[in-house]
Amino acid sequence: MALHKLSLYELQRKFTAGEVSAAEIVHAYGLRIAHVEPKIRAFVTQTKDQAMAHAEVLDRRLKQWRKTEPLMGMPIAIKDNICTEGVPTTCSSRMLQHFVPPYDATVVAKLRKQEYLLIGKTNLDEFAMGSSTEHSAFGPSRNPWNLQCVPGGSSGGSAAAVAADECVAALGSDTGGSIRQPAAFCGVVGLKPTYGRVSRYGLVAFASSLDQIGPITKDVRDAALLLNVIAGHDPLDSTSADVPVPDYTKALTKKHLKKLRVGVPQEFFTEGLDPDVEGAVKAAISELKNLGGEIKDIELPRTDAAVAVYYVLATAEASSNLARFDGVKFGLRAKETKDLLDLYMKTRQEGFGPEVKRRIMLGTYVLSAGYYDAYYGKAQAVRTMIRQDFETAFKEVDVIVTPATPTPAFKLGEKSEDPLQMYLSDIFTISVNLAGLPAIALPCGVSKSGLPIGMQVIGRPFEEETILRVAHAYEQTTQWHLKKPPIR
Amino acid sequence: MKIGREEVERVALLARLRLTEEEKDVFAKQLSQILDHIAHLNRYETAEVEPTTTVTGQVNVFRDDAVRPSLPVEQVLANAPEREGDGFRVPKIIDER
Repeated sequence: MALHKLSLYELQRKFTAGEVSAAEIVHAYGLRIAHVEPKIRAFVTQTKDQAMAHAEVLDRRLKQWRKTEPLMGMPIAIKDNICTEGVPTTCSSRMLQHFVPPYDATVVAKLRKQEYLLIGKTNLDEFAMGSSTEHSAFGPSRNPWNLQCVPGGSSGGSAAAVAADECVAALGSDTGGSIRQPAAFCGVVGLKPTYGRVSRYGLVAFASSLDQIGPITKDVRDAALLLNVIAGHDPLDSTSADVPVPDYTKALTKKHLKKLRVGVPQEFFTEGLDPDVEGAVKAAISELKNLGGEIKDIELPRTDAAVAVYYVLATAEASSNLARFDGVKFGLRAKETKDLLDLYMKTRQEGFGPEVKRRIMLGTYVLSAGYYDAYYGKAQAVRTMIRQDFETAFKEVDVIVTPATPTPAFKLGEKSEDPLQMYLSDIFTISVNLAGLPAIALPCGVSKSGLPIGMQVIGRPFEEETILRVAHAYEQTTQWHLKKPPIR
Repeated sequence: MKIGREEVERVALLARLRLTEEEKDVFAKQLSQILDHIAHLNRYETAEVEPTTTVTGQVNVFRDDAVRPSLPVEQVLANAPEREGDGFRVPKIIDER
């Protein structure tokens, strides 16, 4: 079997056993990238050459002293809003086009300590604001299942790269669904950990009360393997939680779901849900029942408020976080400005694309004098109600299962002129961020038009093990994750 | 909620964003639509509800006020758009009188 088709777990075993060298791995992925990347455009920056140099060093050392780490020699892609020392980190924005971070994000430092191989930095909607990668300043990525369709977003480059076998696994970030929605659109696994589970030090901040970094992988076991490495408390991120990190792969041993209560919220199965998605997710729920799960109808009555709450809070936080891009210390600086105010205004005009400007405008508006209570205060209060809905539901059930998205991947250009329609495509993922919960998206079918369908499994805070267990048991019986996109 | 061009200009100045005339029109229309959607939140009675500022329950996280190693000056200035000596060069902000 070609090396690029292997899962992280399989590649790891081959490498550890000495059946394949790091240089052979990079060579295989280099060929694969050269073959499909012109069509997919998953990467902003490719780092194959650095990866090869690193691989050769690794191989030489392993000949003398065979000691490996779980991610050693593994070609992993990193979303381009996560800082990598010495490698450009652009956020797919003109503002940071030439920015080279002087330090690693904590998650990258953890991968580097295990001597992973950085294979490239992946495309995203500018500053992670979007659901399609069409808002990238460097052009959109494509869905490997259908090149006319978006890969989703904002971590669309990471999801497309994993789906097209251009890397063995990737990291993304998720503020309102930016790991799970592209994972669902591209037929791969995406895990958003509990808020605080993974350090965000070195993640370019979008909405600080919502952002989380997580893995995008070829199967559930790989997600557990990657989470094992990136999870944990970090003194450099004051919001990271001091909660012990279990071995997440231990959650994958049970093949049944006996005594596990699975909640199905009726609010997620209403009009607007694509019939293929509905059919696939309902079939998946039957499968969970066959595995021994106890299926229960639950209510999440404030689900329809989630998008509105999100677009107040996330834009407010973004307008504050993005104030740092002022042309003074790093990033773009506009030329020929007449004074300091002009330098700020012109730099931000030239550096930001339309979606980022729109969100900064909305966020500034809802925080401005006279509107704060009506919008920001109101949204914070409804956020509390959404959290309470989940707390109530989790007294009755252990996990909640929903569709990951209302439809399969949409076509490029289909929603790019209508921001509100684009925002509503995140309706099933957003409430999870508002409540700070862990959730995993995984493949559960293919639509009539040949596009992957994803389901979402939501858990209680810091119960990643439970959602991984459910996802893995399902994956083992159905094998949807083995279906590959038609791109060759 | 109807947002007019003047309101867009007011907010753009607060956000330190220069907009083209076309952008002002487009944002006036789009922000009005989005705020109409957000107005759905008024269906919920929230007078008695505590606002969520964080989901972690953390209050303050302190560390010792101790000197730690930091980045060398050259690395800090490596991304500077303009530098002068060991500083960031910016336009003059104080008038000479």
